[in-house]
Amino acid sequence: MGYHEPINAIGEQSLVHPGTSIKVITETVAGVTENPAPKGWWMLFAVALSFLGIFGGTIGYLMWRGVGIWGNNNPVYWGWDITNFVWWVGIGHAGTLISAVLFLFRQKWRTAINRFAEAMTIFAVICALIFPGIHVGRPWLAYYMFPLPNQMGIWPNFKSPLLWDLFAVGTYFTVSLLFWFVGLVPDFATLRDRSKTPVRRMVYGALALGWRGSNRHWQHYERAYLLLAALSTPLVLSVHSVVSFDFATSVEPGWHTTIFPPYFVAGAVFSGFAMVMTLLLVVRQTFGLEHIVTMKHLDLMNKIMLVTGTLVGYAYGMEFFTAWYSGSTYERYVFMNRAFGPYAWAYWAMVSCNVISPQFFWVKSFRQNIPLMFIISIVINIGMWFERFVIIVTSLHRDFIPGSWGYFHATIWDICTYLGTFGVFFTLFLLFIRWVPMIAIAEVKATLQEADPHASHGDKHAHPHAAPAAPVAHGVAE
Amino acid sequence: MSAEAPRRAPKKRVALVLAEFDTTGDVLHAAEKVREAGYEKWDVHTPFPIHGMDKAMGLEDSKLGYIVAVMAILGLTSAISMYYFMNGLDYPIIIGGKPGFSPPAAFPVYFELTVLFSAFGTVFGMFHMNKLPRHHHPVFESDRFAAATDDKYFISIEAEDGKFDVEKTRGFLESLHPSNVEVVEEVVS
Repeated sequence: MGYHEPINAIGEQSLVHPGTSIKVITETVAGVTENPAPKGWWMLFAVALSFLGIFGGTIGYLMWRGVGIWGNNNPVYWGWDITNFVWWVGIGHAGTLISAVLFLFRQKWRTAINRFAEAMTIFAVICALIFPGIHVGRPWLAYYMFPLPNQMGIWPNFKSPLLWDLFAVGTYFTVSLLFWFVGLVPDFATLRDRSKTPVRRMVYGALALGWRGSNRHWQHYERAYLLLAALSTPLVLSVHSVVSFDFATSVEPGWHTTIFPPYFVAGAVFSGFAMVMTLLLVVRQTFGLEHIVTMKHLDLMNKIMLVTGTLVGYAYGMEFFTAWYSGSTYERYVFMNRAFGPYAWAYWAMVSCNVISPQFFWVKSFRQNIPLMFIISIVINIGMWFERFVIIVTSLHRDFIPGSWGYFHATIWDICTYLGTFGVFFTLFLLFIRWVPMIAIAEVKATLQEADPHASHGDKHAHPHAAPAAPVAHGVAE
Repeated sequence: MSAEAPRRAPKKRVALVLAEFDTTGDVLHAAEKVREAGYEKWDVHTPFPIHGMDKAMGLEDSKLGYIVAVMAILGLTSAISMYYFMNGLDYPIIIGGKPGFSPPAAFPVYFELTVLFSAFGTVFGMFHMNKLPRHHHPVFESDRFAAATDDKYFISIEAEDGKFDVEKTRGFLESLHPSNVEVVEEVVS
């Protein structure tokens, strides 16, 4: 089939540190779920649980009192709720990009981080889906979002981008979950076969579905993986495009632009990679995975952040140009107001975080500086949150009629809802890294020199298409 | 009746012969020999897919794509008919002077449902073709087989194969330079 060509055959060098054998991969990754959790994990879990408590309390109060507890007001109908929705959905995109798009491009380095990033996608989309559910204000009417008739027998309007959004995000969540589970089946089998207690054997055994590594199975499995990657690639591009339609199809200066879909997708990948980086640096340190998630992986991720950050910067500039070029007074005013009006602080925070901070990554020593990349990854996520805030609030707060102008003030409940979703996210994430193999064991093994049947047997006629670098790598393996 | 019967050893029969290999190269070359010897009901068990193994085993290309293609068409037609029924037939509402059912207007919904149905077809089609979930298989009776999801590679030849003969098959597998060969029995009653 050739979708899992050996690493030498595509002319790449080893991705893990020398001496990292197949056995070491199993021991290291499966060991995380088998050994007692490090103290750091318990500390983080306690913090995550307390934020989950904040979430529960806030949502309870929101249900009791209604969305009036938020700062949303007359001109600013969409505030932090939709900002947070777009931000969380965007974060999810890196996971699909890593698992699907990089797979189609045969980027073997993705194997070290794809499981992790896919899990992040699923949890981020869960956090995102909370917001459309709660911002309707009447939770018992949340079914209005679904293609169901209401009490008068009226169906939702299929020409509305809000309905498209439901289909896009719902499909995205379902397909991401399927993709993630398919990838996990062989690794659950590894955990099942290593299990020492009956509970672990039962649970992992059930999840592994009786996987026995049969090559007759791998054949269909690899095809399924390829098909899922091919389906997820246009899907991930569609999701944030459809999210941007929520804005772009409205006749609202500052929202009504054609650049929105690609601009939103680039921003989504940008923020997603930043979030993967933040989490990865912590987990890699806590669980000692430096030999599997190497500096090379981090360096490549930083390059992607540099590219997408610069794309986002281009979109910011192009928005201004288009506003001026359109000749529309309202359009021009919204953009001048965005940069120099009452929300100038948010606008320039966004520009410094998203456009300026990734420019450090032009320099190799900065790309390989762990404290610096940790700080920049957090700065980027703050900046991307501001981007959504700026788009939503600055476009709304000064309407066509100056009499309806206003200013948005977030309340303590806005802040608590947002912080609460971090509790949801990190609780799920910490449970994931504790109980599920956080690195794709089977996929990483397949990239090793040992996995190449020709390299391990010293075949001379192997890999006619190998790049010049390959023979050197062969020598190391033998 | 089982109460009066003394505890006897469970009845067993030979299910398969299992050969264990240490490297991917060894198992690949052994698989070529097994195919050349004319066995049909046999399998290779590896912790990850090995490049070239499908060819070595002489497997045909996966037909999964056909299932997915059917599901994709089904997804697209479901989306269009759902839109037609809800907005065009059952309760048309005029918004912005546009017709209730206007095919290009709901394109994102068509796309998403096509992808959703295709993904279901891919995942459940794959498990169907692999006959999974199947939690019991005689190969799991071997104590050494747990390494098949770690760092060892196995070839199993099943007793149901037409050419199968315990001693001959065992001898044949031993000639392929495995690190271990065992006869695996399953409990019948």
